[in-house]
Amino acid sequence: MSTLSREETEALIAEVLEVYPEKARKDRAKHLAINDQSIEQSKKCITANRKTLPGVMTVRGCAYAGSKGVVWGPIKDMVHISHGPVGCGQYSRAGRRNYYVGTTGVDTFGTMNFTSDFQEKDIVFGGDKKLAKLLEEVETLFPLSKGSSIQSECPIGLIGDDIESVAKKASAATGKPMVPVRCEGFRGVSQSLGHHIANDTIRDWVIGKRDGQPFASTPYDVAIIGDYNIGGDAWASRILLEEMGLRVVAQWSGDGTLAEMMNTPKVKLNLLHCYRSMNYISRHMEEKYGIPWLEYNFFGPTKIVESLRKIAGFFDDSIKEKCEAVIARYQPMMDAIIGKYKPRLQGKKVMLYVGGLRPRHIIGAYEDLGMEVVGAGYEFGHNDDYDRSIKEMGNATLIYDDANGFELEQFVKRIKPDMVGSGIKEKYIFQKMGIPFRQMHSWDYSGPYHGYDGFAIFARDMDIALSSPVWSKFVPPWKKAVPEEAQKAA
Amino acid sequence: MARLRQCAIYGKGGIGKSTTTQNLVAAIAEAGKKVLIVGCDPKADSTRLILHSKAQTTVMHLAAEAGSVEDLELEDVLSVGFGGIKCVESGGPEPGVGCAGRGVITAINFLEEEGAYDDELDFVFYDVLGDVVCGGFAMPIRENKAQEIYIVCSGEMMAMYAANNICKGIVKYANSGSVRLAGLICNSRNTDREDELVMALAARLGTTMIHFVPRDNAVQHAEIRRMTVIEYDPTHKQADEYRQLAAKIVANTNFVIPTPIEMEQLEELLMEFGIMSVEDQTIIGKTAAELAAEAA
Repeated sequence: MSTLSREETEALIAEVLEVYPEKARKDRAKHLAINDQSIEQSKKCITANRKTLPGVMTVRGCAYAGSKGVVWGPIKDMVHISHGPVGCGQYSRAGRRNYYVGTTGVDTFGTMNFTSDFQEKDIVFGGDKKLAKLLEEVETLFPLSKGSSIQSECPIGLIGDDIESVAKKASAATGKPMVPVRCEGFRGVSQSLGHHIANDTIRDWVIGKRDGQPFASTPYDVAIIGDYNIGGDAWASRILLEEMGLRVVAQWSGDGTLAEMMNTPKVKLNLLHCYRSMNYISRHMEEKYGIPWLEYNFFGPTKIVESLRKIAGFFDDSIKEKCEAVIARYQPMMDAIIGKYKPRLQGKKVMLYVGGLRPRHIIGAYEDLGMEVVGAGYEFGHNDDYDRSIKEMGNATLIYDDANGFELEQFVKRIKPDMVGSGIKEKYIFQKMGIPFRQMHSWDYSGPYHGYDGFAIFARDMDIALSSPVWSKFVPPWKKAVPEEAQKAA
Repeated sequence: MARLRQCAIYGKGGIGKSTTTQNLVAAIAEAGKKVLIVGCDPKADSTRLILHSKAQTTVMHLAAEAGSVEDLELEDVLSVGFGGIKCVESGGPEPGVGCAGRGVITAINFLEEEGAYDDELDFVFYDVLGDVVCGGFAMPIRENKAQEIYIVCSGEMMAMYAANNICKGIVKYANSGSVRLAGLICNSRNTDREDELVMALAARLGTTMIHFVPRDNAVQHAEIRRMTVIEYDPTHKQADEYRQLAAKIVANTNFVIPTPIEMEQLEELLMEFGIMSVEDQTIIGKTAAELAAEAA
């Protein structure tokens, strides 16, 4: 077991940077840092949301992925059209496990791929007519769809198709919202801009559509924003809010509907889970409707309790009382889980590399199990994400922004964590190195991990990964090569 | 047979590229050469004088109808007109939609794959839309396409400016491939000292004015009848001008990497020939009212 000291971590960063050419080294140096809890603003130690270096193996996605895959895609009763050649839609189809209730192909469309399937002639002559036809066919074939979004792939921006006017016409003809989204993949430095563009289209085409319409309000109306219901996360969160007496009017975008989005401006409080992808629309509703928003964290009992109390703090005593009752009711279950798994997981070290929220949000859940996060980084976080991470992470912890294949491998080899949590692109690299691994985007096809129910599954999954007998059958190459050092480290 | 020569005609929009190209090609064909014209302009007006048609059905339109370009055969897109000249139009979208450049790329790739450039041919002429606005319109000057570029220009400032810009595009591809500037064709607009000016520009660019085509209404008379002068009135003196141009191009061996000049140098040249007056630095950015106030 080795926790690197600040000096050792500094030396590790220097060693990793050593292999880069000078210009690349200068750039990457700004993205690798050592946590210092005394720093107020992360920009003093790390640079984020910048263009990836050409030639490195980045893990990032594109603006289309951010809009179609993350923000819009899970809205289940709309048809989301991948506008352009077939690949972007087909290879991202059902990739995120946004669980939903409904009959696919009838009133819900989440796992289907709708595409305009651009051919050469559509590039040359433009795809507007084809899009108009497509929207017409969608209306005929899927009359229960509540609207459509048009997710632009790269060529749309290049040939300058006027998707806005097509959308307006189709909307007038069907009476349903048709949302043109300019999320061409070449825009921005990562999927993060896609989230922002998608938020802006929700602002322009959805929010405000029911202003002035009657709505049976209660004082306890809230919305869940930025929960994508991966493996059922939003459901495991929602029941806690309902049990404490709140009414969840809308849930975005996992298992969400267009009507819920439209009703969101009627709520008293917006509860924001994924700050990175949906802070924009939360801020908009605060400015336009005066709705406060609150970031919460439903990973692990410590953070859940903290968040539930913070949420209850916005409401009257009846809610506060029920909140305490909810906490008390689940506490024995949590104690049992921790009692079972903590002895098995105590002291284990984890390195995380995920998108824009989880590297900080999930730390508490590991700590509840007695584990320690010794390295964390975001694919597409901004500095405000790192601002929030500083306090969650231990001093001298390694932080890496937009890390690439080489860096991650080097860091893992030297830090020797007991477990790595990242995505499918990393999974087999680290497993082949003999290191237990969990996918922290898709929960490795398990989940939910949010809420009390989710923690039970999270704890079990971490134990499955770490305690599997298979790892004792592996001898990673560096342990073979330098047995003494490995012994020293142990 | 001699090696196939592939030539591309560029120049400012409206300068008379298509008219000049078709008259030139008619003259080359009249001299017994086998020629193919490839129109690289969505307007598809590069072959109408050869085919006596309003506009030839284009590769891209046929491809759109058939489903894709793979569904087409060469004979679907190739028409034969005056003097056995083979004609193809790449075609493309209406102005303001789609991507015309991609249409040019698709069409030229199709012609190559289908063997349009057969052993019988002596010349291919590409007639390209006004300016090299994107990669698609540079397609004819990329590797293994046109080796000789002729630029149609006149003594007008913007035509010369465009010619210089086109040379910049040629340099980019000349350094990595075999494309060369083969000369300027002056299509006269009857401006002052036009021939001298174009010759001077040609010298600066490292090439020559290969021919001065005078302005003559016979061209328009023929064009109304969708014909070249060569066909409409072969005895007219303007037909001889095109024959001379054709003979010079057939005999041309002066292929160079151009030396485009800076904007200042171009302006100096124009001032030298009195096209542009010496610039008065004190008037820049001043409104008429401000100038009037200063004068008072």
